[in-house]
Amino acid sequence: MFASTRIALRLTQAGLAQRFYATGAGANTLLFVEHKDGLIGGATLNALTAASQLGGSVTALVAGDAPEAVAQQVAKLAGVSKILTAKDAAYANNLPEDIAPLLVAAQAQFGFTHLLTGHTAVGKNIFPRAAALMDVAAVSDITGIEAEDTFVRPIYAGNAIATVKSGDKIKVVTVRGTAFEAAASSNESSVPEEAAPTAEKPSLTQWVSEEIQKSDRPDLGTAKRVISGGRGMKNGENFTLLYDLADKIGAAVGASRAAVDAGFVDNSLQVGQTGKIVAPELYVAVGISGAIQHLAGMKDSKTIVAINKDADAPIFQVADYGLVEDLFKAIPELTEKIAK
Amino acid sequence: MSNPLRIFVPVKRVVDYAVKVRVNAAKTDVDRNVKHSMNPFDEIAVEEAVRIKEKAPKTEIVAISVGTTKSQETLRTALAMGADRAVFVEVKDDSTLQPLAVAKLLKAYADKEADKPDLFILGKQAIDDDANQTGQMLAGLLKWPQTTFASKVEINGQVLKVVREIDGGLETISTKLPAIITTDLRLNEPRYASLPNIMKAKKKPLIKLTPEDLGVDITPRIQTLKVEEPAKRVGGRKVESVDELIDKLRNEAKVL
Repeated sequence: MFASTRIALRLTQAGLAQRFYATGAGANTLLFVEHKDGLIGGATLNALTAASQLGGSVTALVAGDAPEAVAQQVAKLAGVSKILTAKDAAYANNLPEDIAPLLVAAQAQFGFTHLLTGHTAVGKNIFPRAAALMDVAAVSDITGIEAEDTFVRPIYAGNAIATVKSGDKIKVVTVRGTAFEAAASSNESSVPEEAAPTAEKPSLTQWVSEEIQKSDRPDLGTAKRVISGGRGMKNGENFTLLYDLADKIGAAVGASRAAVDAGFVDNSLQVGQTGKIVAPELYVAVGISGAIQHLAGMKDSKTIVAINKDADAPIFQVADYGLVEDLFKAIPELTEKIAK
Repeated sequence: MSNPLRIFVPVKRVVDYAVKVRVNAAKTDVDRNVKHSMNPFDEIAVEEAVRIKEKAPKTEIVAISVGTTKSQETLRTALAMGADRAVFVEVKDDSTLQPLAVAKLLKAYADKEADKPDLFILGKQAIDDDANQTGQMLAGLLKWPQTTFASKVEINGQVLKVVREIDGGLETISTKLPAIITTDLRLNEPRYASLPNIMKAKKKPLIKLTPEDLGVDITPRIQTLKVEEPAKRVGGRKVESVDELIDKLRNEAKVL
């Protein structure tokens, strides 16, 4: 039932996009391209789909110390009509103090009506600053587009859905990646490319270092299958049980805040209101009670499985399939039997 | 030794995090006649300021809240946790108060004060509107550096070093004061206010202002057309065994 609602929603969105084209309503959208290590990342591909739904043209901005390779990839994306590149060492680490003025300068030159990017750590950091510099409101984490100025977004940890209308001339919007399909690559790559306008680079902050969790498993934010552990895992070593199962079925591993706070796993694995929002095809919650804040991060998953020995855990109220059993018995059994 | 720090900590009164919110009958908002408390990320902001003060006792902590008259309770909580004084900007209706307006009010107050703040510490987001904007907007308006989603803060003289939570891990950035910090959950564990401190907080200074006093137009830029319940999930189906679970996932849900 839930799946069919989603399909209906997509059809409506596609219909709306069509209508914008038909009426010639001219959105002129700037898509900020998030990238890392020469690859397009964040929820940029999903934000591009959202941008396409607005109708009109989409200009992609690629900023960095070496934006060329990423610009080549962007040129192949269906729906991009122009690429702006901004090459400067100051843009290497997505520091908002330098990138926000670049967005403002680009808007001033080309009269963009919409600025879009993914609602990621990078997008959240840069976009509100840019909005303030332009004296316009920002619209965070949209999950739907109803009109050029009307957006749908979850509030109260996803427990209510608000439809909001922006009265500002420029709409500065971050897009929830899991709510929009990723844009496809096209075969053409004859997209015109030009240099972005130069902007003030106050360089108020210095990037020092980063520590990225290395993993061979798929990225948590975009994985088709996710297995998450909670307090019920009891310790970090026991997460090996989940890693074994995840590796069998090609899943990413996530965690509840309780598991992160207890030090079982790194906080980059946290799923929830304050961590990652995921919407995979399969979400397996293991030893997770299902607090509101955790549900906020995963309740749009297509199929939810809960494995918990407490039959009254709230997670069972949202789970499509619940197994009331000790995880230390159920998970190894599941891993063994799935292998066959 | 540098001058004592002055830290401004904006705090917001929100529906308590444990409350299961319900959409109101008119579908214009959620039912707000429920328990409220300080936004959890703001408690972390107050705690961080108090910890800085514990190392440098001359630090002054100013808690600020914009909201209806009940927001004063939230300010008293901040005072009981260790803030020195409070500033209350009163609005008639805080349901239409938006991050840009709050950021402008905070900037206006900072500009108005003879003793300028060295640091604003804000929560990274309020758990009601989930916007995650105010700190970044304030930094933009002030043209100050922003160190958002902080999980570790080090202040050494005028140098601020912050470990930030980013997608995939952590990042360290460094800047000079004055600056903006927004707090992530793992920055610290906020303390509970003790009864004596709650009593003492009642005597700490709290000044009242209005947006007009600060010369800020708080007209909302965004209009909420409607608020609805999210699509309900039909859960609750239990399976008896791992075998049945695998069978359902393969043949019914077709996700394996």
